[in-house]
Amino acid sequence: MRHNVKGRKLGRTSSHRKATMQALTTSLLKHKRIKTTLAKAKELRTFAEKLITKAKKGDLHSQRQVMDYLKDKDVVKELFSEIVERIGDRPGGYTRVVKLGQRFGDAAHMALVELVDYNEIATAKEEKQKEERDAKAKEKEEKEKAEQVEEAPVAEIPPETEKK
Amino acid sequence: MPHPKRKISKSRRDKRRTHYKATAPSLGGCPNCGEMKLTHRACPSCGYYGGRSMFIPKS
Repeated sequence: MRHNVKGRKLGRTSSHRKATMQALTTSLLKHKRIKTTLAKAKELRTFAEKLITKAKKGDLHSQRQVMDYLKDKDVVKELFSEIVERIGDRPGGYTRVVKLGQRFGDAAHMALVELVDYNEIATAKEEKQKEERDAKAKEKEEKEKAEQVEEAPVAEIPPETEKK
Repeated sequence: MPHPKRKISKSRRDKRRTHYKATAPSLGGCPNCGEMKLTHRACPSCGYYGGRSMFIPKS
């Protein structure tokens, strides 16, 4: 019987599990939206939300308590100033988990975890990243094309290799 | 210790297994882009779930 058994072990020892949760929380607060496996995502909710609730208090003691878990000073600073301000009066439920389907390779169920109040900001950021990526790819393509044109007359490549 | 008296015949074994069936995944149309998608999951073609953009698709 698994009565009163809370949480997931995630196939890790307790210290490994603690480190995983700390790393995931740091990433979540830093990037506002992260992609991970469904089990880790669900486990992350309780861990991260407790810290955010703690941060809402805003005094030195709570800051020290949060520092115990999050080793990145910049992230703690951001949490206590910007994130707490944005979250406002929300009584818990600061994160959202959305399922994404299964990943290739090991068929693990994947999910996105995001801070609820950062949905639009995270989307806008992703859009910008995508635009940059696309622009870079286009530039590279054009460069390669130009190189090919330069090479062709010099080397007198037979038609077979020209196709490449 | 008690043991089975007889080997289970192929027939009995296979009869037991007639109830082992694969079920089809539940699909539905994405309310944002109309593509088919798995229920309760973000749409892989437009990245929307619950009327909210969750990620920007690569293509």
